[in-house]
Amino acid sequence: VPDGPASAFPNLRPARQDGGVKVHLRNPSRTLEVAGPISIVALLGRLQLNRESVLVIRGGTLVPGDAMLDDADEVEIRPVISGGAR
Amino acid sequence: MKCRVCREAAVIDIRRHNANFCVEHFVRLCRDQVAKAIDEFEMATPGDRLLVAVSGGKDSLAVWDILRELGYEADGLYIGLGIGEYSDRSGAMTRAFAEARGWPLQEIDLREVHGYDVPTAAKVTRRVPCSACGLSKRHLFDQAAIDGGYDAVVTGHNLDDEAAVLFGNTLRWQEEYLARQLPVLPARHGFPRKIKPLVRLGERETAAYCVLRGIDYVVEECPMAAGNKHLGYKEALNEIEARSPGSKHAFYFGFLERAAPRFADAAPAAPEAPGLGLCATCGAPTTGEVCAFCRLVERTAGAQPVTLTVKERL
Repeated sequence: VPDGPASAFPNLRPARQDGGVKVHLRNPSRTLEVAGPISIVALLGRLQLNRESVLVIRGGTLVPGDAMLDDADEVEIRPVISGGAR
Repeated sequence: MKCRVCREAAVIDIRRHNANFCVEHFVRLCRDQVAKAIDEFEMATPGDRLLVAVSGGKDSLAVWDILRELGYEADGLYIGLGIGEYSDRSGAMTRAFAEARGWPLQEIDLREVHGYDVPTAAKVTRRVPCSACGLSKRHLFDQAAIDGGYDAVVTGHNLDDEAAVLFGNTLRWQEEYLARQLPVLPARHGFPRKIKPLVRLGERETAAYCVLRGIDYVVEECPMAAGNKHLGYKEALNEIEARSPGSKHAFYFGFLERAAPRFADAAPAAPEAPGLGLCATCGAPTTGEVCAFCRLVERTAGAQPVTLTVKERL
């Protein structure tokens, strides 16, 4: 996954190989790295994402809001809003 | 976080229900909500043949899956819209989904069958792409349902879709649209019944259903729809929902219960009303001599196909 602009999230840094929770975002596709441990709710708060608008996925299944992520974790934050002509 | 039903570990919280659910009970919740909507609004009865409008996105694949799980005879229809790689990927995912389950899937490619695609139609008509896209899909789904003897066309409109459309129609008090914004539109002469079984599920729930059921769907947004008003309304409503869970449900279902009947008189003309005839080209019901779809086909005939930019193709 290519690194994208991280300027919207000044507290975060683009993913490197030196640890931290890897967070894959979409639209545009990019990967950020966040220091763990951190809860899902706190992570979404730092990314300024609305919990109603995304799912957090780890290992092919959903991660609940109170789950804690460690540096070894890798998650996808998937947007759920869609809407063109139906 | 514990599942409200079994107290095992939960995977998702639904704040408007003030409850958490494990995989098994979340999937059951989704099916129960669809069954409840079908029953509450008399959308279908056992034995009905349903035609599902499938796009490869989360909502249409989820509703197809749930209807089959509920025992309905539901077939799919996919329309190739010609929106670059986005359409290629959507078609591939839809085919893979249907083939893996052995469920019947019809396909119509706009360019192959009708000589145009959505980007070209948007340029020729000088309107937003969603306009030509919606017109094409409505016409072709209606026609396929009538020709195939189906009892109803199923669309994947969810609670967020309906709340956002209601929000937009209310902002401008578009009475005719408000009169038609119902979860089921009965069959009229030349038009099949249209049903929206997902109206009790938000799109976070339909996306979660797909993840938990292992349904691979197109996550990327249609590049033609990016930045449209509908998406803006959804974002606005989600801001409200985050502060006050249940607002979208209360807005839409409150409308259905208390406001929709007041707009019934603004509904489009009944089939027997003067002025509604049959399209001279295709025979579909229309208020003009030629229906809007056939006029679009005529206007796009011979037009140079639009080449999408890299961003639009994806």
